Amino acid sequence: MIPRYLLIGVAALLVLVVAMGIYARHMRRQAGELESLAANALPVAPPASGPTETVTLYVADDAAGMLRARSAQIPLPGGRQQRAEELLRTLLRIYQQPGAAHPLAPAADIRSIYLVDPGAAVIDLNAAFADQHRSGILSEQLTVNSLVETLAANVPGIQRVNILVEGKTRDTLAGHADLTESFDVVTVVQAGNQ
Amino acid sequence: MPSTTTNKLLAILLASVTLLSAAPSADEKHISVYSPVAIYTLPVLDRGGHEYVGLLELLEPLGRVSTATDGRRWKLRYNAVDAEFVAGKTRARIRGHNFDFMAPFLIENSRGLVPLSSLSAFLPRFLGAPVNFRESARRLFVGDVGIQIGFQLDASNPPRLALNFSAPVNPTISTEPGKLRMVFKRDPVVSPGSQSISFDNKVITHASYSENNGDAELEVAANEPLMASFSNNRRTIVVSAVPPVATPSVAGQNPAQATPAANVASGNNNVHRVLAVVDPAHGGEERGAALTDKLAEKDVTLGFARLLRHELETRGFAVALLRDGDTSSTLDQRAAAANVARAGIYISLHAVSQGSGACVYTALLPVEGTSKGAFHAWNAAQSPALPVSRIVSAAIVAEMQKREFPVQASSASLRPLNNVFMPAVAVELAPGADGIADLTSANYQQRAASAIADAVVSVRDRLGVQP
Ligand SMILES: [Zn+2]
Repeated sequence: MIPRYLLIGVAALLVLVVAMGIYARHMRRQAGELESLAANALPVAPPASGPTETVTLYVADDAAGMLRARSAQIPLPGGRQQRAEELLRTLLRIYQQPGAAHPLAPAADIRSIYLVDPGAAVIDLNAAFADQHRSGILSEQLTVNSLVETLAANVPGIQRVNILVEGKTRDTLAGHADLTESFDVVTVVQAGNQ
Repeated sequence: MPSTTTNKLLAILLASVTLLSAAPSADEKHISVYSPVAIYTLPVLDRGGHEYVGLLELLEPLGRVSTATDGRRWKLRYNAVDAEFVAGKTRARIRGHNFDFMAPFLIENSRGLVPLSSLSAFLPRFLGAPVNFRESARRLFVGDVGIQIGFQLDASNPPRLALNFSAPVNPTISTEPGKLRMVFKRDPVVSPGSQSISFDNKVITHASYSENNGDAELEVAANEPLMASFSNNRRTIVVSAVPPVATPSVAGQNPAQATPAANVASGNNNVHRVLAVVDPAHGGEERGAALTDKLAEKDVTLGFARLLRHELETRGFAVALLRDGDTSSTLDQRAAAANVARAGIYISLHAVSQGSGACVYTALLPVEGTSKGAFHAWNAAQSPALPVSRIVSAAIVAEMQKREFPVQASSASLRPLNNVFMPAVAVELAPGADGIADLTSANYQQRAASAIADAVVSVRDRLGVQP
């Protein structure tokens, strides 16, 4: 059972979101998107085999202190959302291979990605992703930049990205990289090109 | 699973709230609506000398609404209430009764617009709740949603003013010398009863409350710089004087001790020295990275900071360490201390067990052209100084390379770099050829510290000078 207060909280927040949608004059479209978001949030089994597409991943290299572009195949997905999730899970698997140039914990996972607003994306990480992440400015920032750049490079129109952990805002990834503000894609990409 | 779905929904909603609330609305007129089911802001339009708001947009978050346009007639159903309006006319029919607006009803692009001046009389005919519309401030309260403010001054030294709210609040907070301003954009905060509250205190003297363009604002005035912190699940904001930075130890009292570089930089002994604030990151309960089982980052940063202080002092700088022991302070406190001290440069020190040499960071922010007056957005306070911060970073890289100390420069979303007004860098020290032992080696730290100090000397002319 879902507790009643949670339902009420969800209902109140939903109304709030809808209200702000009106202000942006995108109410109807957004309400539609929210409904499909809720539908997409249910687990959907990826196709076991079938058509794939080529994407560009920005993979962190700790020793070089930078990201390296690398192409990969991902299954052709059902929706924009699933495609984004498939994309970052493919990136994550690279970091979880033995001897990875930027190792992440085997239990680390992407819970969901929400494309909630034109231009905005939210990446929701699981607790293990953050709790077991190595603490250090370089390592944490490379993870953030890799997620942001990979998402922005393959999902058209994303201008800013928020990172949540278990659905909640968290101060830092592992003591350093600030997650309380959204990341501006142009700023992140320009910083990477310095 | 239901709870997973609920959590996901919450995540979506929280995220959309965060992102949508960033919608720009700086100078345009707007009205804020606070109700138990929704809090939202709508644009206000000026038409024929009156202020108008879209009626559908106003009611839609509060209940079920449908509309139909028939030429100049505009029909609306809100829950079970039917109403009919005519473009250009002041008279409308609501629940079968006449209602007279104080200015004509308008239709623009099929949107029905109603004058703000009639909302107090008009809305109760639709909503089953009391409506309180503060027209001059354009703040509309539907039902009993107001958040009360209580003031509690603790006059001990230093004094602290606790602002107790009847519900959690989320204001934008900014500071300028002697003032701390909280702007409530989405919180139905109501007036404490009087526009100005005086305190019988020499430091925190008074608070004033005002409302304008849908926002409420609370300003606390003091004779010393102030800072704010949240507690009690954002129901309490504690305003207090910024603790003084550990007294800067000004080196070179005996000019003979000063290095030639310092003499060149200072010109003569009467010139004010640049204050460098050095911040050994982490501290106290907050240990930073576990560099080994026994070695905490907080201990390495403190030792490194003390060495850097010495190197800077011998080059003629005044230096303040933000901690000179195993104490903790928040990121906001660190930033406030550097800002209040009007430091010429802020250097944050970190340490890490992987990698080699050092990495020098500047804030990950877009560079801003000019400062927007005395008030800076707290999370982008660094923007105006960022070009000089990058010059400092490049100078440190150059000095380290001269010493064949492996180094690279990068940007990081690292607080409190974003929150300080002056040129600011963070240096993360990684092991050298001898591995992790280097992190506690005075010789290794000394090489890094002297490179940083020489770099700061080389850009001294670009740094602010202590008044
Ligand atoms: Zn650190």
